[in-house]
Amino acid sequence: MADLDAVRADGLVKDFGDFRAVDEIDLHVRQGEIFGVLGPNGAGKTTTLRMLATLLPVDGGHAEIFGVDVRREPHRIRQLVGVTGQYASVDEDLTARENLRLFARLQGLTSARAKAIAGDLLERFGLQEAADRPLSQFSGGMRRRLDLASSLITRPPLIFLDEPTTGLDPRTRGQMWDTIRELVTDGSTILLTTQYLDEADQLADRVAVIDRGRKVAEDTPDALKTQVGDSTLQLGLADGSDLALAADIVRRLLAEDPVLTPESGRVNIPLPDPNRAADVLIGLREAGIGISSVSVAKPTLDEVFLALTGHGADEPRAGESQAGEPRMEAAR
Amino acid sequence: MTTSVTTPMTPAPGAPRRVDPSAAVARTTSHSSLQETLVQTLAMAWRALKKMRRKPEQFFDVLIQPLLFTAMFAFIFGGAISGSVSDYLPVLIPGILAQTALTVCMATGVQLREDMDKGVFDRFKSLPIARIAPLAGPMIADLIRYGIASVLTLVTGLIIGYRPGGGVLGCVGGIALTVIAGWSLAWIFTWLGTMARSAQSVQGISMMIMFPLTFLSNAFVPAETLPGWLEAFVKVNPVSHVVSAVRDLLNHGAVTAEVGWAVIGCAVVVAIFAPLAVRSYSRKM
Repeated sequence: MADLDAVRADGLVKDFGDFRAVDEIDLHVRQGEIFGVLGPNGAGKTTTLRMLATLLPVDGGHAEIFGVDVRREPHRIRQLVGVTGQYASVDEDLTARENLRLFARLQGLTSARAKAIAGDLLERFGLQEAADRPLSQFSGGMRRRLDLASSLITRPPLIFLDEPTTGLDPRTRGQMWDTIRELVTDGSTILLTTQYLDEADQLADRVAVIDRGRKVAEDTPDALKTQVGDSTLQLGLADGSDLALAADIVRRLLAEDPVLTPESGRVNIPLPDPNRAADVLIGLREAGIGISSVSVAKPTLDEVFLALTGHGADEPRAGESQAGEPRMEAAR
Repeated sequence: MTTSVTTPMTPAPGAPRRVDPSAAVARTTSHSSLQETLVQTLAMAWRALKKMRRKPEQFFDVLIQPLLFTAMFAFIFGGAISGSVSDYLPVLIPGILAQTALTVCMATGVQLREDMDKGVFDRFKSLPIARIAPLAGPMIADLIRYGIASVLTLVTGLIIGYRPGGGVLGCVGGIALTVIAGWSLAWIFTWLGTMARSAQSVQGISMMIMFPLTFLSNAFVPAETLPGWLEAFVKVNPVSHVVSAVRDLLNHGAVTAEVGWAVIGCAVVVAIFAPLAVRSYSRKM
């Protein structure tokens, strides 16, 4: 049992009409880890999660959760997985306490147990003051916390978090991260989706990068980041025609391939070490290349994407013969 | 608002035992047992009752229609159809009871559709609960609405001079049958609610079903006065049987064959449409 994967999905497929939203994705999530699924909007993250949570039928491939077949035994899967969606799935017409009691009763807890657990969870998630207020008065962060609390009533061994911090302010996001880490210390396994490399970096033990329904990489956050360098030097050249020359200098100095944007005369240079930025700047000045702007940035999801797929996270599927341009891809 | 955001989300000290996946897997069951299904349905009924208490405006149709229609129909059609208002009331009151029950049914479907579009239904689907519970729960809570509507209709009738020959027992029987019929027919509208794209379309389709069913029945006029082809339809219309049965109970306190047919009809409707509704709801995932 201990070596059984929490999630074992092989060749998962989901079609929406002509559009293949999930295209043969494999996911192997080990017990007790936080596994991140990283990708831009419309990459198929949520769809994958919804299939594994039995909220969407699986169109192809095979999926098991703790060895239980997702397609064949949905009722068992629902007892093993707690789902916290992208949009808080709590009842707007009930209070926070009533929500928790309802979900507890639905899952077979006695009335007294339901009441006790609702109280515990409200306290644990800092909601006891707002417990009996209508949900319409709740902030986005409070709703998310209630939603997460609702998923934990039966202490499921596997928890799905679909973009748990999208739309939250930085402080609330930090609190959410702490909560998620605590869940793992309790022995739960977490599968989360995110659009932020930073979030995957902070939380996940391993990350799968999803692009256009396909898995393009799977590794630890550190390994992913080293593929693009620890940080990026972003230069704007005064004269765009110097671009090729600048690229040569960078290759000679750092042995790295810079990413060029000829239209705007920009060069993005992966830096193995931020200190090397100065070398590049000096090298350019010695060659007489003028610079209009300089910045050093941590790698973004966009850069990871660029490094892994050769196109940005936002770009539409250019040059692909696939008909029926995905509606989800464009939404941003 | 700001104070609550700063509260740290730390677990309670002395955290409970660690989560054990193998034990969790061993505990799972392949489907909800009958008893679990009942508990889940009652929990959903509790939710519907809470919502009713918070949104009393949804009782509008239940309160207004019995008062308005009973009085209006009695005074407008009474003389023309039965010669006098008091002679018409024994015909009319059971008819209005059936019509009110159908109106409440319609609201059941519309509200279910509205409800299903909300985020919380995502959670209901992700929980290990019987698929019938989210449908049957609100319908149990709706029994209260059928009850209120029926009693109000009867009371309005009594006020304008209706004297049911069946006595108290007959009245109780008549109302009970109305409630049963309303609840059974509501499965048709629940099924529509799970099928339709929007609450408005449920409303539209329901109207198209409800009007022929109530007016092309013996609810307001004796079937014998109608042209032959219409009389034939009226006689097979299940609403006619319910109305006749309620008349027998209210006016004569008699449990006649009509009552039996009405109950059988209701059972058939539930047997057909409850599985259809559950199937269509499960598929909507």
